[in-house]
Amino acid sequence: MREMIKMVIVLTILSCFSGGVLAYLRNSTQDRIDNQVLEFVKGPAVRTIFEGAGNNPIADRFTIKDGDIQRTFFVGIFEGEPRGVAFETSGKGYGGDVGLMVGIDVKDNKLIGVGVTTHAETPGMGARAKSEPGFVAQFKEMSLEKPFKVAQDGGSINAISGATITSRAVSAAATDAEEIYQKLKPQITEDLKKFNK
Amino acid sequence: MAKSLTQEFVKGLWAEVPPFRLVLGLCPTLAVTKSIENGIGMGIATTFVLVGSNVLVSALRKLIPSKVRIACYIVIIATFVTVVELVMQAYAYPLFLKLGIFIPLIVVNCIVLGRAEAFASKNGVFRSMLDGLGIGLGFTLALMALAAVRELLGTGALTFWVTPIQIFGPSYQPFKFMVEAPGAFVALGLMLCLMNLVGKK
Repeated sequence: MREMIKMVIVLTILSCFSGGVLAYLRNSTQDRIDNQVLEFVKGPAVRTIFEGAGNNPIADRFTIKDGDIQRTFFVGIFEGEPRGVAFETSGKGYGGDVGLMVGIDVKDNKLIGVGVTTHAETPGMGARAKSEPGFVAQFKEMSLEKPFKVAQDGGSINAISGATITSRAVSAAATDAEEIYQKLKPQITEDLKKFNK
Repeated sequence: MAKSLTQEFVKGLWAEVPPFRLVLGLCPTLAVTKSIENGIGMGIATTFVLVGSNVLVSALRKLIPSKVRIACYIVIIATFVTVVELVMQAYAYPLFLKLGIFIPLIVVNCIVLGRAEAFASKNGVFRSMLDGLGIGLGFTLALMALAAVRELLGTGALTFWVTPIQIFGPSYQPFKFMVEAPGAFVALGLMLCLMNLVGKK
């Protein structure tokens, strides 16, 4: 019986101690890890979209609560004016969700560009949505009025050959982004003013 | 049985070098040795866990009841692995992306648990630290050696940190097979063979 109690006590103390250490470390590295994830996972897409921007779009960002979701918006400042926002949406691809960074020009109400962030599509097929810039380049400067559709569905986006599902996922994510943008537009314009110099 | 302190340290570098002599810890050895950079990263992470867990296990060896010792060792090891994971995410994110799942998998690495059970639970703190350091360093060097062979033949370049350094020049036709999974087995087999040949003398 005494041995039993000792086992329980030792294991409990050990677990509590390690839990405490890890919780402390987690708290103190949280911000840094978030920054690193933004820089290396979302950073490349954001930087391509905001090419030529006069600021660091990863550092200039704000968050808006959309229902239960916390959405992060990256700000692109062009010629001293904060007119670009980029945020992430996703669409159902062949191998799971395809994450898409969508940049919108707030002033002219059009797309600046899009870029795939995370995906699990087949290499050589759907994965080309990320590796070949030609596909996402079609979205550049498109107007937000019509929903984005691939040519097979009566839209104007040429799908990647052999990867229609992925192309649809990207188009759906872009359409989704447009809806979110229209819904949150008042807040976005409000928050963007803070970046006016 | 009584070895000098230097011997405890040095044995990990040659006589008991984990992947080649004990043939332990092959999962990360085969999986991450695509470039020297990955090998070094994995080696340092494992060394840190080894030293940490060895020191703690040996310091607590009189307190840990023998019936739950494995559970205690796993808690200690898992804690150190999570520390490595968090620190690597915070300070070397690109490396973390490449090593990915193999960092949390250090928890179930035979070398770490093996040293805790076979060495640290029977020896003093300082000795256990030296043992962990020696085995860890041996593991790192072994990973580097294997990675060097594979990367050099497979791509004609060596990556120590971020950018590959071309060694063979542009006329070299990369032997792609070596950086793919089957190449890891072939390279490891050849290394084992070489180690045994040298050891025979």
